[in-house]
Order: sequence, then structure tokens, then C-alpha cells
Amino acid sequence: MSATAIAVRPPVWRRVIGFNMLTGLALGISGWFLGGWIGGQMAVGHDYLLGTDQNDVGIFMGYLFAIIGWLVGLGFANYPIGRLLGRSPTLREHETAGWTRYFKMCTDHKVVGIQYLFGVGIFFFIGGLNAMLMRTELLRPVERPWPAGQYLTLVSLHGTMMIMMTSAFILGPFGNYFVPLMIGARRMAFPRIEALTFWLVPAAGLILMSAIAFGGIATGWTGYSPLADEGRAGMDAYVTAFILIAISLTLVGLNLLVTILTMRAPGLTWTRLPIFVWGVLATSVLMVLAAPVLVATMTMVLMDRAANTSFFLASAGGSQYLYQNLFWFFGHPEVYILALPGFGIVLEILPVFARKPLWGYRLAVAGMLGVTLLSFMVWQHHLFVSGMNAGLRPFYMLTTELISIPTGFIFLNAIGTLWRARIRFTVPMLFALAFFFNFLIGGLSGVFLSDVPSDVTTHGSYFVMAHFHYTIMGGLVFAFFGAVYYWLPKMLGVTLNETLAKIHFWMMFVFFNLTFFPLFAAGFLDMPRRVSTYAPHLQVLNDFVSASAFMLGFSMLIFIANLVWSLVFARVPALANPWASRGLEWQLPTPVPTENFERIPVITSGPYEYGVAGAPPVADFTPAALPAAGS
Amino acid sequence: MTEIVSGRIPRHGRRIIGIWLVLTAVAVPLIVLVLGPHLPPGRMTAEAASQRDANVLMTALLVPIALLVVVCFVYSFAVFRQRGEVILDGPPLKGHAGAQLFWIVLTSLIVLALAVWGSYTLIAGSHGAGGGQGPDPVAKPNGYQHALPVQVIGQQWEWTFRYPTYGGLETRDLAIPNHVLVAFHVTSIDVTHSFWAYELGVKADAVPGVDNVAYVHAHKTGFFQIRCAELCGLWHGHMAKKGRVLSSSAFQAWIAAAKTKNAAVMAYLPKYNRVYFPAPLRRAG
Amino acid sequence: MSKAARFGIVSAGIAAGAALIAFYIVSYLTVTPPVVAATGTAPQVNLTLQTVAAFGHPPHVDWVSYLAENAHGKWVHSTVLRVPANSTVNVTIYQFDTATGLRNPFWGRPRGTAGGTINVDGKTLNVLNPDLASHTFAIPDLGVSVPLKGVADDAKNQCSVAPCSLSEAHTTVKFSFQTGKPGKLRWQCFVPCAAGFPLGFGGPMQSLGWMDGYLEVVG
Repeated sequence: MSATAIAVRPPVWRRVIGFNMLTGLALGISGWFLGGWIGGQMAVGHDYLLGTDQNDVGIFMGYLFAIIGWLVGLGFANYPIGRLLGRSPTLREHETAGWTRYFKMCTDHKVVGIQYLFGVGIFFFIGGLNAMLMRTELLRPVERPWPAGQYLTLVSLHGTMMIMMTSAFILGPFGNYFVPLMIGARRMAFPRIEALTFWLVPAAGLILMSAIAFGGIATGWTGYSPLADEGRAGMDAYVTAFILIAISLTLVGLNLLVTILTMRAPGLTWTRLPIFVWGVLATSVLMVLAAPVLVATMTMVLMDRAANTSFFLASAGGSQYLYQNLFWFFGHPEVYILALPGFGIVLEILPVFARKPLWGYRLAVAGMLGVTLLSFMVWQHHLFVSGMNAGLRPFYMLTTELISIPTGFIFLNAIGTLWRARIRFTVPMLFALAFFFNFLIGGLSGVFLSDVPSDVTTHGSYFVMAHFHYTIMGGLVFAFFGAVYYWLPKMLGVTLNETLAKIHFWMMFVFFNLTFFPLFAAGFLDMPRRVSTYAPHLQVLNDFVSASAFMLGFSMLIFIANLVWSLVFARVPALANPWASRGLEWQLPTPVPTENFERIPVITSGPYEYGVAGAPPVADFTPAALPAAGS
Repeated sequence: MTEIVSGRIPRHGRRIIGIWLVLTAVAVPLIVLVLGPHLPPGRMTAEAASQRDANVLMTALLVPIALLVVVCFVYSFAVFRQRGEVILDGPPLKGHAGAQLFWIVLTSLIVLALAVWGSYTLIAGSHGAGGGQGPDPVAKPNGYQHALPVQVIGQQWEWTFRYPTYGGLETRDLAIPNHVLVAFHVTSIDVTHSFWAYELGVKADAVPGVDNVAYVHAHKTGFFQIRCAELCGLWHGHMAKKGRVLSSSAFQAWIAAAKTKNAAVMAYLPKYNRVYFPAPLRRAG
Repeated sequence: MSKAARFGIVSAGIAAGAALIAFYIVSYLTVTPPVVAATGTAPQVNLTLQTVAAFGHPPHVDWVSYLAENAHGKWVHSTVLRVPANSTVNVTIYQFDTATGLRNPFWGRPRGTAGGTINVDGKTLNVLNPDLASHTFAIPDLGVSVPLKGVADDAKNQCSVAPCSLSEAHTTVKFSFQTGKPGKLRWQCFVPCAAGFPLGFGGPMQSLGWMDGYLEVVG
């Protein structure tokens, strides 16, 4: 069937009509106006909505219908409606060929992975652009060139965009693409849900960006109520976007969790599971348990804003501690949602270029699971000076410091793996090693914040900001680029230019540290976060940071140039296994066939058996007794 | 691979330990003697001093840990680097129970020691370390019953201060007496702010409907910087001003002057209270 | 299509997309109300402002707002005021809004003005009953804070659309303050007068051009 579809290719204009992104956009925009009109009708007679010139009900209804329109336009309603009409179930109605499939709902996990890579990447660069504009403001201690309100919106957009996008920065592109390949599966457990998780991301990103048109967001990414309750209509965009992302993350986690638990190939025992898959598994647990709390929290903000409830307004019987506790109950596991996939990636890359087995495999797994467990018990360290029950502080101090024990395991794994290794400094390896350096500084600076006496000084200052940029930017983003350089040859079938890649790495590494290390000092010198004006004597420090940040931004342009150059112009075909890796995903041909494996392989040994005399190949790809493809 | 003799292993280890010991021997005295006196927030109050001690101790403890990891990495890069195009496998070492156990025990001991020490300094050593303890402080300094109460009211976007023992006097400026235990009662009448008196070593969130108490005992007179450390809206960065620690006599004179200056508005102020819920309560208009 | 052409098209497309996004963000960042300069010459200048209960025009019909009078006697919807350094600024504010009351009555005492007093409808006051206040005019960096008396709730001929004319019900508040060295200061209304918002402090209270503004002190 699909063969005939490819044989007769209709002209381009014909192919853009149908269920795709354009239709989704058109229906989404129509839905926005329809929902806004319905919301306007609902608001009649409610003075609190009309007196503000900002009918939050109308805005939320607009977003709701826009999202429905977007998803219907992409074709997410087709399958359920078809089933209701009696059509038989199928798994591959959307596994089409051609470049247009990247702009459609597609249930092939490899297509979704690439959609994620570019989709999330675009929003990552927009978030980065916001950071550049923020550093422009901070060149001078006065409010120039942007006014305070617009600056706060930049801060909020940068923070929210980055947190939302980087939550799925690794699980989205690489989790979706490589987990089935690494566990010997043909697809994910829930392919349609997988497509949905991706298509919610651009919707959330566009809605978040629409905040600019509605007066901006004045709360930073944490959105503390009651500030959020009184904020302008941009807050509605923030709330809606976060709800969408949280739903997406929950589903990503659920999908990957079920896939890893149930769809591993025969012989892939828990101790043979690639460490990246363990990282994804641990992250998925966090996502499934933490992200729904965010949906609930944001829904409460939505009710406060649109339905006149008072969850977070103390004067009407609510409490903003409720918000802070709920938010950080999501927010702290979220920090590890960002960190754990990075652990997985770097430990996956290290053995390949150290040419040694992963040292202390079980310890690494224990470390990840330990972090997963402990990450739910530390959230109140964000409230150390908030006036919460002071008797609880030693407990949260203890749990916060305990979490550095399992995190330390990862460092021991790295030291052990490098020990007497034959290290090759390829680009992925450089990023993986830089991860350890950055995360070391990020992690150790976190100890200052976990200690209450020290936290009294550093809380809410640039020290915190430098700390979490060292863990997220220095950790996750470096791991992400490591993964990009490691896996892109398999995903896109082209080799990236190594010289440009090395320039990218060194610029990014040097200027990342020059940007964020001085900010520890800024925090120590009493510069609070999220200010557009600061003490004049800190101008030299801030100018230095801004200059470094601009260079850091420039290094990203080198990456984009390299990607476009290699992908569009040079197109040097990649070898099937350029790194001589033992990973199962590298044993497949490039490009990976739609069904991945002709036959489900039987895993015969672990993925890191480098230098092990007589180690069998990682898998038997032609097992006689197992079912063929398509059954 | 067979030529790798097990006898070489301890030499690497000894070299790494040696390099690390030298670096640590240089770094730790530098941190304590050179960097330490510049670490925040100074020694204006007992609480600030406890925070500086915590910062110095932790820097002196954590830098050697960082150095150990960095030395291990850099040593490996230099010594175990494989040059050339040929891909050769290293020795198949999969772990070492003793090394793993040692690492777990070591990190656990450091972490537990830090937590115990942190809790001790927080509760017994520095009585809350200047952090907001909420309405029922657990770490109370000696003589807390006689502490001078100073209420800090956060509002968009200004701080005002009330002195209940001086007739509920309210001022725009903050002054506290030297060598007197002061209890800041931090609250807010709108959104969440955070009262940060940098040199005093005080940080306490100003939360609507909550009386957040932080104790401080000043040792030195002089100015200190007040800031807002929790995003509170448009002019968050402008909620900064200078406060003063005054000698007892100067403080009394300052209070008297402030009373005269604000006499006209005193009659209109609400009765002193731990928290305020001024109108409009829910939605204005 | 040749490789080079494809490369050119893709690069141009990316550049165009990036430019669009940058334009979207930067055009938002650079929106500020027009500057209204004080009239007269240093060291004695005059500023004339009015407050209205509801602006009456898009984009925010129901928002409370300040307006400033420019050199041609025209009312401008702006809160960005330019005054000379080291000068006396004589301010006249026509108040067309009714009283809301001060959230913190402390701000009922005028401060930072010449003599610590204000002139309300011809009477010199050193404190205003906080319940009668409709707005404040505060420049925290100069220590200036002035409560503005509101129009009585039952006053006849209340103004509904900006700009209001002096034939409509209003109070007149006059005071003067000193400027110091050049710089960009901010000023603000401290009354929770934003109808419909929680705590009365959202919307116009947090928006430049409405109840928030800059005082540009120029050398």
C-alpha cells in the first residue's frame, strides 16, 4: 500500500493540504477566536473579570480551543473517530515517507526523535536569544535599554522556555530515537501518545511566546503566587504553556517507562541495559510522579486568576506556602529530570572513547536510583528562609546533602572508567568530560546552598543562579551536545565537520565558565536575582559576564553553521558505526530501517565489553527461533 | 594488553595523591587566610559571623574535594591518552569493590559530618543564623524575650519599619541599636518579598499573613545594605536602601527625631499587629 | 537544485526566521511611552499631571491612569517625565479619581516635598487622612511621597474618559521637590487602585505609562 503512495507523488501544493502543521496552525488560530468569544460570553455579569480589561476566562478558553484546533488539525482526532466508526486498529497509519512527514503527526519513533531535536532546539535558541538580550540590559547598572517590566518578561521567558524545553532536551530527541534501538524494540509502547508528546511542545512554546503580546510575565519561571495572581494576561500564557508541557512530560515518562519495562529484547537483562537507558528509566519515574503535580499547581493558579478562587491569597484564607510547596514538590525532582539524562549520556559516551568497560556499572545504576528516590525529599530547601516550620530545616539540610552521595557515584564511575584507559578526545568525549568539570562546580556550589547558615546569604542571589546554570547549562546542555555529536551521524546519516565542532566545544566550554563563574562572586557581593538595576560597583563584573555571554552565544551560532553546512551542503555520509561502539544502536545500518530490526535480536552480552577477551558480539541479529518483522 | 603489569597501578595512585596533597597544601591556607576575610557577609553581627565561618569552612573543605576529582581527570587525560588513528581497547576493569566501598564511606562521612555540623551551627551555634524562622522560632538566642522587636513590612515596592516598643512608630528608614538583640518581624501586605540585610546576615521572606522572625545581634556600628531577594514585580530591584546600626544613645536620638517627624501620621496608623490584612482583601473595585 | 543553491536557501530561511523572532521580541522590548518634558527653565520647572479613574480608550478602557501635560498644553498618555538636574520641580496634579484609601496609611504623610507639606485645593496639609487618598505620587530614590486626595464618591459631574477637563469634578494637589544629580529614577503610585485585580495591585499599577513611570533627570 505504502509503495503505491510513494510511486505517485502529488505536487507539493497538494501535499500541504491535509492533516499537518499548517492545518493545525489554521485551526488553532480559529480556535483561539472561537474560545475567546465563548469566554467573553461566560464573563458577562462577572465584574471582577470585566473591570480589569483582561478577561482571563476568555484568554484561557481561547487557549483551550486553540490547542484543540491544533491537535485536530494535526490529525490526532482521526484515529479515535475512525475507531468509533468501526475501523480496525492499526499501528502504522502515520508511518509515511518523505520530508513532509516531519511536519505531520508521525508514529515512527525515529521521526519523533528528529522532530524533537529540531523543535526543542529552536526553542532552546530562542531562550538563548532572550539571555543575550538580558545580558544587554545588565551591561549598565541602570534600566537601559529595556524598561524594568520588559526586562522581567525576558527573564521569565528565558527561564520558562529553558526549563520547559530542556526537560525534554534529551528524553525527547534521544530517548525517543534511541531507547527502542538500544533495547532491541521496533517501536515505543504507545506510538500515538509519543507523537502527541511532541506536538504539545511547539503548542506550549508558541503559547508561551504569545505572553509578550499580552503584557508579559513578571514572575520569573517560578511564577510565585500571589504575584502571579495579580500579573497581567501574559501569566495566562505561562500557566497554559506549563500545563501543556507538564502533560507532555508525564506522557513522555509513561511511554518510556512502559517501553523499557516491557519491550526489551530477549537476553537484555537489567545488568546488560545500557546506562543511558537506566538514566532514561530513572528520569521517566521522576516525570510520571512529579509533572502531574505541576498540572495541579498551575490549574490552581488558573482558578485563582479566572474563577476568583483564593488558593494562594492569604487575605482571603489561602496561603502562598501552598504554592511554594506544590511548585517545588514538582520543581526539585524537575532539577533531576534535567540532570539524570545527562548522567546517562556521559556514562554512555565515556566507555566508548575510553575503550574500557563502564567502571562500577551497578554503582552507577544505584547512584541514579538513589538520586531519583532522594529528589522527592529535598524540596523545602527552597523555603529555608521563607518562614516555614523552622524545625524541619535540619531534616531538609540532611536530605539535600545526602543526595550528593549518589551523585558522587557518577564521578567515581568516570574516574574508574578513565583509569588506565586509552582515551580518545573526540568531540562527544570532550563534551562528556566538560560535563564532569561543570557539574563538579555546580554540585559543590550546591552544598553552600544546602547549608542553612550559608544559604541565608546566598538564597535568592546570583549565587543560586550561577549554581543552577552550572548544573543545567554546564551539565545537561553539555551532555546534550555530547549526544548530538555522538548520535547525529546515526540519526541524520551525515558526518558533522570536526574542526567546526572542536571550535564550538572550546568556545562553549571556555566562555561558559567565564560567564557563570564570576556570577558566584556577584551573588556573594549581594546582587539579587532578576534585577534590572544593580549596585554601580558591580558594573565591571557584569560587563565581563555579558561579554563572555555574547561569546557563548556566538559559539552556538558556530554549531548552527556546522549543522547547516554538514547537513545541507557537505553531506559527508556517515559510517554505520564511526566510533567503533559496541552499542546495539550502532550495529544497525544507517539510515535505520523503518522497522529497526529485521528480526528481534537476542542480546548476548553487555554493551561495554571493551577489551574483554572472548566477549561475544553484543547481539545475535538473526536468531532462528524468533518471529520475523511485521508480526 | 598483556604487557600492562599490575605493579604500575600503585604508582599512578601515589602520583595523584602526591599532586593532590601539594595543591591542597597550597589552596587551603590561601582560602582560609586570603579569600576567607573577603567572603560574605562580614562580621557586623553574630549571625553574619556564623555565616562567614560556614562559608570559609565549606570552601576550605570543598575545594580539596574538587581538586581531587580534577587531578584524577587531568592525570588520566595526560597519561592514558591514546594518540593516532588505531583504536585499541584498554584493560577490561569493571570495578573494584574496595575502591567503591571506600568512596561510599568517605562521601557518606563527609556529608553526614556537614549535616550534623550545619544543624548544630544553625540551632545552637547561631540561633537561626539570621534566617527567617517563621512565627515560632525553634532556635532562640539567650534573652530573646527582651529582644527589641522591629517589624519589617514589605509592600510593592518599598520597605517600611515599625517599632512596637516605641508606640508603633513607622519609618521609611531602618536603624537598629548596637549590642542589642533585635528580633525582626518580617511580613508583607501584598505579595511575597524577601528582606535581605546583607551585612547583618539577615534574610527572611516577607509573606502576607505571616510573621517571620529573624534574630540578629549587632557588634559594630555602620551602614548595611537592604535589598529584596524575592521577585516581587516590576520594581523588585529598586527595593534597596541603606540601614544603620547606631550606638544606643544615637539610636534613642534617632527614634525621638523620627517620632517628631512622623507625629502627624501616627494617629492614622493601624494598631501594631503581627500581620496586616488591609483592604481590599480580594479584588479591588 | 545544486548543493550551493540549497545551502543558500536554507541559510537564508534560517536567517529570516531568526530575524522575525528577534524582531518580535525586540519590538516588544523597546516600547516606551513618549517623554514629556517639564515646562519652564531650570532651576524652576513645572510639571502638570492628571489622574483618571478610567482611561476610556483602547487598549485598556477601564484602567486607571496618569496623564501628563506637554509644553503645548496638550495631555499626553505618558508617565515618562523629563526634568532638569538640581532644580525645583513644581508639580500640579489634577485628581479626577475617587478615593480608594491607602493600603499602608503610613504614606498619608507627604515627605520629600518643600516644607514637608502639600497644597490640596488651596489648603496646606502636612498629613492627608489616608482614607481620602486616591493615589500617591512617589519617587522613592528622592524620598518623595505625596498622597493625592480623591474626589468625593457622590460628587457631581465625574470624569469618565481621559483626558478630563477642569470643568469636571476634581481636586488640585500642588507641591514641589528638588532634583539632584542626573539619572533615570522611577516613580510610582502606592495606592491599590487597580480595579478587579487581586490586592488592587495588578494591571495599570505594574505598567509603564499608567500608574508607573520614569523621572529622567537630565544634566
